[in-house]
Amino acid sequence: MIKSYKLRRGLANTFIYIILAVLGLIWIFPLVWMILHSFRIDPTGTSFPAANVDHLFPYWNEMGFDNYIELFTETKFMLWFKNTFIIAVVCCIISTLSVLVVAYAFSRLRFKARKPLINVGMIMGMFPGFMTMIALYYILKMMGLDQTMLGLILCYSAGSGLGYLVMKGYLDTIPHALDEAATIDGANQFQVFWKIILPMAKPMVIYQILTSFIGPWCDFILVKLIMVDNEAGYTVARGLWMWTEQEYKAQGYYRFFLAGAVVVSIPITALFLYMQKYYVEGVTAGGVKG
Amino acid sequence: MKYIDYIQLNPLQRFWYKFKEAIKNLPATLKAFFCAIGNAIKKFVLGIGAGIKDFAVGFAQGDAITKLSYLFMGLGNVTRGQVIKGLIFFAFEVAYIAFMVFFGGNYLRLFFILEGQYHYESVPGRGGAVSQKLVWDAYSNQILIYGILAILATVVFIAVYVASTKSARKCEQLVKAGKKPESFISEIKEFLDSKFHITLLSVPVILICVFVLLPLIFMILMAFTNYSDKDYFSFQWVGMQNFAEIFSGSSVGGASMGYTFGNIVLWTLIWAVAATFSNYILGMVVALMINKKGIKLKKLWRTLFVMTIAVPQFVTLLLVAQMIGSSQDSPLNLFISMFTGQPSQFDVLTQQYDGWIARAAVIIINIWIGIPYTILMTTGILMNIPEDLYESARIDGAGPVKSFTAITLPYMLFVTTPHLITTFIGNVNNFNVIYLLTGGGPNTNNYKYGAGKTDLLITLLYKLSVDQQKYGLGAAIGILVFIVCATLSLITFNMTKSAKDEEAFS
Repeated sequence: MIKSYKLRRGLANTFIYIILAVLGLIWIFPLVWMILHSFRIDPTGTSFPAANVDHLFPYWNEMGFDNYIELFTETKFMLWFKNTFIIAVVCCIISTLSVLVVAYAFSRLRFKARKPLINVGMIMGMFPGFMTMIALYYILKMMGLDQTMLGLILCYSAGSGLGYLVMKGYLDTIPHALDEAATIDGANQFQVFWKIILPMAKPMVIYQILTSFIGPWCDFILVKLIMVDNEAGYTVARGLWMWTEQEYKAQGYYRFFLAGAVVVSIPITALFLYMQKYYVEGVTAGGVKG
Repeated sequence: MKYIDYIQLNPLQRFWYKFKEAIKNLPATLKAFFCAIGNAIKKFVLGIGAGIKDFAVGFAQGDAITKLSYLFMGLGNVTRGQVIKGLIFFAFEVAYIAFMVFFGGNYLRLFFILEGQYHYESVPGRGGAVSQKLVWDAYSNQILIYGILAILATVVFIAVYVASTKSARKCEQLVKAGKKPESFISEIKEFLDSKFHITLLSVPVILICVFVLLPLIFMILMAFTNYSDKDYFSFQWVGMQNFAEIFSGSSVGGASMGYTFGNIVLWTLIWAVAATFSNYILGMVVALMINKKGIKLKKLWRTLFVMTIAVPQFVTLLLVAQMIGSSQDSPLNLFISMFTGQPSQFDVLTQQYDGWIARAAVIIINIWIGIPYTILMTTGILMNIPEDLYESARIDGAGPVKSFTAITLPYMLFVTTPHLITTFIGNVNNFNVIYLLTGGGPNTNNYKYGAGKTDLLITLLYKLSVDQQKYGLGAAIGILVFIVCATLSLITFNMTKSAKDEEAFS
């Protein structure tokens, strides 16, 4: 009896292992394909893409580092990478500060306009972001900031104060007794914020920093609208997207897309894997907002 | 239902009960929502009334200087010792008046007409003839933005003006009572303590006003104009015409907007339901398999799946879009030819089967994208399900399928409903997946404005306002999307509330 139970469980587990392995293969297949093809070169030295590729993965003699070397030396990729990095760092600072500040004010301070402001913020967050993009372009144009990096930074980070919900939810769980104790000891509101709340909210602050850092690496629509055809101001996402368009693909830029995608993916993937645990917390805490 | 009845229900029944309650309460919630808005407006009007009364009383009771500072802001502060504060008030007044006289006032007047302003200039043409050249003074979209700016500036000015009169009155009373008005330094210090919220919120609120609120008002107003590529420089207010067009069945150029809109709404709903629940259920099954007792290398399996969402989404989507491309050397076609033995040129965006191949493809690819999110989300909650529930189910002879549908699913639905609705809203607005995978295609002549079979409302909005430049129509659709999402959010909020205070059932 026990033996048959063990056998049954063993069978079930083998079955599950097989399913997981198959699924895992399916899930990882495009990524492996991307990495292998990013190394793909044409051994005959003729133009890329080689006509009529008839095998799914490149052969060993078809692989080399040429794509990567050309990506860094002959295309605008490095410039785009630098742009994106600068934008991401500045956005990250502005966004994190505004989210922190707004969330703290809504969670800890009590003032007359609190409830109305929270409600207005919620309603504004429910409008599809796409609606405002055309108008944003006109406003930036009025300010003379269209096709500039500053304009892009402002677009990414100015509205970030509206994303206060997750952070506020977290701050709400820090007991008020701490603030009160500090106030009794003579701290003013600023000191309470800086010395008590900020260290307590560290996990959420890290989550916020990472998400707002990753954001600009992944957006391409806003860049398309604001930078229009100013290629020197593109970010990596917009640039790589451009390379998959038909005219660039025909010129063989597709291999640069693959190599560039691998280069961008490495840091972002590492950051995401690192922040997994914060991610789950963040998403569940903000369950109310759409 | 009494609480005692409620706790006897199993989780699935509880979920249904709550769901039914939420739907049943929807009219009441909506009513309460609109009543709350009504009350807020009433309170606002009453507040303004009280403010005006206060304002008038202050004017009547004040002395000559206070009365004068109703005209010259800050005069009362300057003469009574608050020099810097008074000067700031005065500078603000001067700035506002200068802004309105030289700039804002004109646009405020034009705002109500909205038509672009132009004049003709004589330019010497060829052969000594004088020709007339059209010169634009202001485009309609400029008028709209500057008009909104002028209105916002006026609102701010009124607030500051009222504050200044109050401050002048307070100074007068303090001096009369023989006290000294607060010094500038001590008032500044208050911004770190009792007025700390102003210090904190001012910068984010200004940024949000300029980069979110202003564009939002602009686009909402745009829905009531005929702004499009045809009337690029000059357009007018047209009332509800755009909304009328969305629901109109009349077909001028072969296809009607009403037909397009109806079909796209239908597909958006199908997509959102299919994408949300397929990810949810399949993701949970995979998570259960990974977490099953006796399965080794749990972390490896999880990381394998999470890798796909760790890579930036635009990379994976562009990659997959290329992989299912129609060319002979795309992986999909290579794969097909491996089985058929001959070159294949299968195109996912085929016109055949009414676009359902493309629709099925985006749903399947979305499963590939979405399952890892579900695994991440649900792993923690799945481990919280008491093990003895499964134990007793097994003893009663339930197989894995039965225990999934009878224990796991109801339990998870019960816990994660708010998350599910949020995901649903996210899928209604899922721009990236559709746009990067199919671009809305396959296109069809039955739809207007270049919309295709897999277009969602949100991609239609993008196509209308960016590709087709029908800004007015696009904005109208944006407002409709907002209404749908806001209603769903309201239901979520309602259900979360009911999930939080279970005692409220009676």
